[in-house]
Amino acid sequence: MTDTARPRSLFDKLWDAHVVVPESEDSPAILFIDLHLVHEVTSPQAFAMLEERGLAVRRPDLTQATLDHSTPTLPAGADGRLPYATEAAEKQVRQLEENCARHGIDLLGLDDPRRGIVHVVGPELGLTQPGKTIVCGDSHTSTHGAFGALAFGIGTTEVGHVLATQCLLQRKPKSMRIDFAGELAPGVGAKDMALAMIAQIGADGGQGYAVEFAGAAVKALSMEGRMTLCNMAIEAGARVGMVAPDETTYAYLQGREHAPRGKAWEAAVERWRALPSEPDAVFDSEVRVDAAAIRPMITFGVSPDAAAPAGGRVPIPATADEREANHYMRFTPDRPFAEMAVNRVFIGSCTNSRLSDLREAAEIMRGRRVAEGITALVVPGSQAIRRAAEAEGLDTVFLEAGAEWRLPGCSMCIAMNGDQGAPGDLVVSTSNRNFVGRQGKDVRTVLAGPATAAACAIAGHIVDPWDYLNGEAACAA
Amino acid sequence: MQPEPFIRLESYSLVLPQSNIDTDQIIPARFLTTTSREGLGKSAFYDWRYTGEDVPKNATPFPVEGAGERKILVAGANFGCGSSREHAPWALLDYGFRAVISSDIADIFKSNALKNGLLPVEIDRNTHAKLMEQSGIRILIDLERCMIETEHGLRAEFAVEPFARRCLLDGVDPLGHILAFESAIAAFEAAR
Repeated sequence: MTDTARPRSLFDKLWDAHVVVPESEDSPAILFIDLHLVHEVTSPQAFAMLEERGLAVRRPDLTQATLDHSTPTLPAGADGRLPYATEAAEKQVRQLEENCARHGIDLLGLDDPRRGIVHVVGPELGLTQPGKTIVCGDSHTSTHGAFGALAFGIGTTEVGHVLATQCLLQRKPKSMRIDFAGELAPGVGAKDMALAMIAQIGADGGQGYAVEFAGAAVKALSMEGRMTLCNMAIEAGARVGMVAPDETTYAYLQGREHAPRGKAWEAAVERWRALPSEPDAVFDSEVRVDAAAIRPMITFGVSPDAAAPAGGRVPIPATADEREANHYMRFTPDRPFAEMAVNRVFIGSCTNSRLSDLREAAEIMRGRRVAEGITALVVPGSQAIRRAAEAEGLDTVFLEAGAEWRLPGCSMCIAMNGDQGAPGDLVVSTSNRNFVGRQGKDVRTVLAGPATAAACAIAGHIVDPWDYLNGEAACAA
Repeated sequence: MQPEPFIRLESYSLVLPQSNIDTDQIIPARFLTTTSREGLGKSAFYDWRYTGEDVPKNATPFPVEGAGERKILVAGANFGCGSSREHAPWALLDYGFRAVISSDIADIFKSNALKNGLLPVEIDRNTHAKLMEQSGIRILIDLERCMIETEHGLRAEFAVEPFARRCLLDGVDPLGHILAFESAIAAFEAAR
């Protein structure tokens, strides 16, 4: 039983508030889910399971579907048809449309002005709120933890469990607090924090833990930055990443479509104010990251923990795995990263496709040209972001720089909609995974924040974005 | 769909010494546009097994026709990290694997594997290192005793979440288990 005298963490409070049946030696807890997000890739077999067993969706009102993974980012052709990568991809999209229609689930369909990447639209619509449990058949569901929600990725069988019962069988994970002490240097963002943190604790450093990100540098982040950081929690092995809700959280949510209004809003904020970890809350593990020491980061290997400052040199591999990764990436140890020529740049994904990310990239690209021979793809996270970016002229900045401006979707992050690199390409990508072949067969992926990715597109090789920012500062002086 | 029960498995190992083998390696994303869970064995470790389109690689640890008598995959640390795709265990099972042994296995993959009758076995680093040294050795995995034994007399205990173990040993249906608490769920909903 929970000892009520013990100071509780944000995670403890979220967990306790959702236990329908407590866990025992024999069985995991039955945990109630407040929001189930659904997309086309990990749901077809779950809906099929419902059909097989003659079950209905228990809470369509707590289920939100969107199309993002298999959807093209290019507009329909002259024949009015969208350029799907394969027939199977189109079939998968149709399948979700049918499943949602049959079970009364709201779907952000292809023509919906609110459609976008599942982890972008949840917050945008105000569906993502402090205190909620949120799941989705996608590992980057950890993103929603930025709002002080308990959010994690699940598999397709579990998607079926939630559809049928609105509940999940779960054992309570251990807790970890990662404290980002100090202030970030100018020009360093949330993605750099995430990569530095993963490099420090390893790709399996958070395995088995629910992580709370804390500290002055986290507190100072915008909601977009917090989402980027929590999004990458899974890349440190943790299923859950979260940040305590505060005024920044409330200001972001107020007035959004599904956010409470009027008296209900006041009451909700009062409830949310009670969520942050108590000062003496005990965590199973505590990690400290020196935020002030973080520089713009890139990855050089095939696991997100192979990260280093972009302005530095390729580390000398120490293990067989690292040597193999170096070989795949064709990075020469102890040479400057700046020697590495880039073929493509991708700015997008649930990690870095929000308006602030696009602004950051546009700031670097404004008045400059993408280097000869480089394909640069800018893919907004949602239709709303696309409209907002166009309203402030960011599309023009990208297009004038020679980059492509696409329709929203997961695009080159998972590369299953036809957007991908060519074999051998070195892609600098604002996405979350640099795995072998992730962005296409034999494609080499370098992860970075939006400013770094944009700077690499301009330079034509890996570069520290500070070179550009400092240049601007020098001009201004 | 209920997984096949898992009680004991005696088979040969196939060793992949790499650590951080992610689910994009186990089944590349381009094979995820399926709407069924059948026939994914063809795509298991596709880019490790084939060059280009369906041309088998010369140097690959994987038999073209499937796992055959090597139903036990032994892999480096942090196996199954990355994407939550359940297609990964579906593909491994369809290829013919019934168990994965590593020193640590990623959370979501472990959960997905257990729900489909692919046993994730996490053992101590020392024994793991020894298993990694030689591919093709005979291993007995006994889920009743939570113990593995090799033909050379190496033994190691492993832990499996007790409910998942019961589901596999006794054919307990996890969805049926949750559905049995319908009134508790309804009461929880009503109290909010």
